[in-house]
Amino acid sequence: MVNHDLVEIRWHGRGGQGAKSACLLLADAAGMQGKFVQGFPEYGPERMGAPITAYNRISEKRCNIHSNIYYPDYVAVVDETLLDSIDVTAGLKTGGAIIINTPGSPQEIRPRLRGWEGTVCTIDARRISEGTLGKNLPNTPMLAAVVKVSGVLETERLLMDIEASFKHKFATKPQVIQGNMEALKKSLEEVQVG
Amino acid sequence: MSSRLSGNEAVAYAMKQINPDVFGAFPITPSTDIPEYFAGFAANGEVNTEFVTVESEHSSMSVCIAAQAAGARAISATSSCGLALMYELLYVAASCRLPITLACVNRALSGPININADHSDSMGARDSGWIQIYAENNQEAYDNFIQAMPIGETTSVRLPVMSCMDGFITSHAVENIELLETETVRKFIGEYNPEHYLLKKENPLAVGPYDVSPYYMEHKVQEAEAMKAAKARILEVAAAFEKISGRRYGLFEEYRMEDAELAIVLIGSTAGTAKAAVDRLREHGVKAGLVKIRVFRPFPGEELARALSRTRAVAVMDKSEGFSANGGPVFAETRSALYDLKERPYLINIVYGLGGRDVKVEDIEKVFARLADIATTGATGPLYVHMGHRSKEETV
Repeated sequence: MVNHDLVEIRWHGRGGQGAKSACLLLADAAGMQGKFVQGFPEYGPERMGAPITAYNRISEKRCNIHSNIYYPDYVAVVDETLLDSIDVTAGLKTGGAIIINTPGSPQEIRPRLRGWEGTVCTIDARRISEGTLGKNLPNTPMLAAVVKVSGVLETERLLMDIEASFKHKFATKPQVIQGNMEALKKSLEEVQVG
Repeated sequence: MSSRLSGNEAVAYAMKQINPDVFGAFPITPSTDIPEYFAGFAANGEVNTEFVTVESEHSSMSVCIAAQAAGARAISATSSCGLALMYELLYVAASCRLPITLACVNRALSGPININADHSDSMGARDSGWIQIYAENNQEAYDNFIQAMPIGETTSVRLPVMSCMDGFITSHAVENIELLETETVRKFIGEYNPEHYLLKKENPLAVGPYDVSPYYMEHKVQEAEAMKAAKARILEVAAAFEKISGRRYGLFEEYRMEDAELAIVLIGSTAGTAKAAVDRLREHGVKAGLVKIRVFRPFPGEELARALSRTRAVAVMDKSEGFSANGGPVFAETRSALYDLKERPYLINIVYGLGGRDVKVEDIEKVFARLADIATTGATGPLYVHMGHRSKEETV
């Protein structure tokens, strides 16, 4: 079981897909639920399409540690093609889970995870975002899937907070708010745990 | 007010609350967010600041110097090679006694070119006559920036202030933060009313002319006296800041040092990671402690010597390589400060985290393990080593 006093999450994505944005949005949403949070990307000479890593720490007390996360409770993979080039389950705790953006089922994906025996979750974030936002923007559905699987935040409250935050941020683009809210809700329903 | 902001957002927000007269702006990673956010505040009319975009950091600091000399309050932000390009002007700002405030988001200097955090940029400017204050996290970056002007602008000091935070680790990490009300910040900062300035019609003034030998040294002595006076002022401002924020600051922070036998001295974000290591070791009965230096210029030598006087072994950790072949700059200062103690702890230097090399809690625990060995055997081993680089041998 994951210890909820400190939950550590590692995000793998490609530059431009919004893994960093999802990570920062999760930090903000967790902060709104009274948690102590860290959301930080690992920077290098990043460019569109190159692999990037981002991290979250969500805790009951302020966490002072400022290193990267080597033993995460959860791993989120925003781009399925990273499974071939990056050891995404490296250090992932036995009781934790990996959440992957893919049209495949957990059973189909498991053989590609280099012997990982723990929980595998899948979500077709691309299809959801294309259906709700008209574009491949997988970060919001991925965020919802991570929250659902980890149980680190209350999902009802998450939807309310994000809606309020988007209403402020996208005051001039209401269609974006509706699309994102639908994407979040669909993802909460559709994430497969295997 | 509770919020969640990155270090850069927090400092930009502090700047907005301060509403300075002039911002000399040129972007460089990882400080770019700061002028970017501030440009938004200026464009939206949320500040009255003259936001001057220029073609280099040499020019952004020149803008600040000219503005501050004219009697205005000027700020800037930079990193790494940007600070290096300001180098000539840093000395001009300090020697003209212009209390400019600069957000320095620490990043490694080229070469090899690298965008990640270390302290080689600001450590290179340590002898330029600027006050240097370092933050551990976003909250401290915000709080330190707000304290900078009351420190630098006071008559006994009149020196520019560099408010530093670690690039990416602090500048780009979103964490919880407590923000002050804008009115409280403005009241705390007050109006800037310099006694003398370029455009004062009753007593017009030349700023920065040639200084001949019969006067140059007197001016340098006055500058040195101002830096000494800054120490008391920093503590006064910290005490006033505690009243409005409830957060306490000093020249350095002592963490579990009351009865510490083994101690680490360092600067910046790694202090948080080191606190976690100290807590873990304390659970196992190890008398470990940490001194996090907040103010590096003026250097709190006597105070630091007192804080370390009862320890048995100390590791001074430098996040920059000074190429002195005799240890990094924090080590040199600390070792010198301890010279007058009758009984001194064993002292070693560890250079770490260059170009963004990550530091884990376990790394800090290894440093304490080495200190425990030294305290027991009295054999310090190599005085100056690097930690965390690829090596066939154990590096700590």
